[in-house]
Amino acid sequence: MISTNLSAVFYLISGILFILALRGLSSPETSRKGNYFGMAGMTIAIIVTFLFIGNFSTGLIYVLVLLLIGGSIGAFIAFRIPMTAMPELVAGFHSLVGLAAVFVAISAFIKPEVFNLGTIGNIKLASLIEMSLGAGIGAITFSGSLIAFLKLQGIMSGSPITFKGQHFINLIIGLSIIILIYFLCKTQSQNLFWTIILISFLIGFLLIIPIGGADMPVVISMLNSYSGWAAAGIGFTLENTALIITGALVGSSGAILSYIMCKGMNRSFFNVILGGWGASNQSLSKLPKEKKPVKSGNADDAAFLMKNASSVIIVPGYGMAVAQAQHALREMADTLKKNGVKVSYAIHPVAGRMPGHMNVLLAEANVPYDEVFELEEINNDFSNCDVAYVIGANDVTNPVAKSDPQSPIYGMPVLNVEKSKSVLFVKRSLSPGYAGIDNDLFYRDNTLMLFADAKKMTEDIIKSL
Amino acid sequence: MEIDPFIFRLSIFILSIFLGYYVVWSVTPSLHTPLMSVTNAISSVIIVGAIIASLSGVSENTFEVSNIFGFLAIILAAVNIFGGFLVTQRMLKMYKKKKKK
Repeated sequence: MISTNLSAVFYLISGILFILALRGLSSPETSRKGNYFGMAGMTIAIIVTFLFIGNFSTGLIYVLVLLLIGGSIGAFIAFRIPMTAMPELVAGFHSLVGLAAVFVAISAFIKPEVFNLGTIGNIKLASLIEMSLGAGIGAITFSGSLIAFLKLQGIMSGSPITFKGQHFINLIIGLSIIILIYFLCKTQSQNLFWTIILISFLIGFLLIIPIGGADMPVVISMLNSYSGWAAAGIGFTLENTALIITGALVGSSGAILSYIMCKGMNRSFFNVILGGWGASNQSLSKLPKEKKPVKSGNADDAAFLMKNASSVIIVPGYGMAVAQAQHALREMADTLKKNGVKVSYAIHPVAGRMPGHMNVLLAEANVPYDEVFELEEINNDFSNCDVAYVIGANDVTNPVAKSDPQSPIYGMPVLNVEKSKSVLFVKRSLSPGYAGIDNDLFYRDNTLMLFADAKKMTEDIIKSL
Repeated sequence: MEIDPFIFRLSIFILSIFLGYYVVWSVTPSLHTPLMSVTNAISSVIIVGAIIASLSGVSENTFEVSNIFGFLAIILAAVNIFGGFLVTQRMLKMYKKKKKK
């Protein structure tokens, strides 16, 4: 129906719309418009593809029906999913993109003439490399995201699974994929192609199992990046500009997010990927600890302190998400504000299980986003604040990261919670956080421990206010 | 000598990586979760390949193996497209500024 050149121009337009979609996210006001640009870009890409093929036979009806089925499932999930489950949702969606890339690559491999790539057993060299890379990375994205999903969903234990020689095996598998791609190019053998896909599934699985729950922000970002590179690989195979542009955008976006997350923990990317902290420090946390005095209080004490404060900073963490305490928290903040207390929120980059996790939850609870601050923006304000209310965060508040070079988290940027006049620390017990180390903050003179469930405690405080 | 079209595509790819680099750094950290869900939605533009695979040429036989893989890929990508954009929409709607009294 329409020429190759014209469709290429339209694909370029949809690529540009995708760029604008990401650009919109620079501020919440422009972000909604950006999302519409993204939808428009997608619509253009799909319609142009139909027009380009120009095949309006019964096949088209199947395609439309399948689109509708998939779309309804997607829409259903999008409207029903609770905001606390966003990390699982994103991981699950990544796995679908990965699998879709694998399927498209398979289809192109067994019927190359459709995509103008040559004939079976005689596929163009470049295409063969591109599609095997697309399929391989897609397969890694699929199985890796699946494991991440299972871990986040709690179906699989969040603790790292390690065994001897793990990294060596991964290295061997990684190298063998490259060697197999080389032989695939020489022989065009179907069996090699299937083998590449199979062992890519395997390595995706092996790569993610040693990584623990709190490192999930890095893992999800990394898989986000992979899904982009897989799409780009397929884009090269199909000679499609929209896919190439999008793949590059998504790939670099995920890479930047992984970098930000690693920096938030002061760890190198490889340190995280090779399975760090949780595994190596278990022995450390088992050491007998000296009993140090801890001050604990109840909801009335907390309410009294906060009512008489002039400013309160709330520090949320993953525990808030688990307890679904964000709505109660906002109610508490509202009550405090009515009493003339200034309330703000401090978010550590790696709080929660994915980048921006806490921000979404607070937004869901109707917390205005201009009361929510990032680490660098707010860290100096703790010294002028009367009460810091730590709810569900732990390692990211540990002052040891600044003082003790022996500590595994030394050098990690932390919130200067201990500088506020008093610290209210909501936690169920004195157990260490993910890093497996004791939080020095528990034993400070200005800390009052509130031993309870995050949501219950917050609700009790509201009652006594 | 003519330039191989592959080089053109490679140029687009590399330039887009740079573009992505600068655009993503300008994304505010509080919107990192919507950033992930929207990148997920747009990477599902892979559906273009799935559509070509399922409608590949012949109309007399719609159910060859290559078509089936195309069909499956369409469902997966469609879940992502609708799910990704709509959940992003839902999240972005929640971000509100302080009400001025």
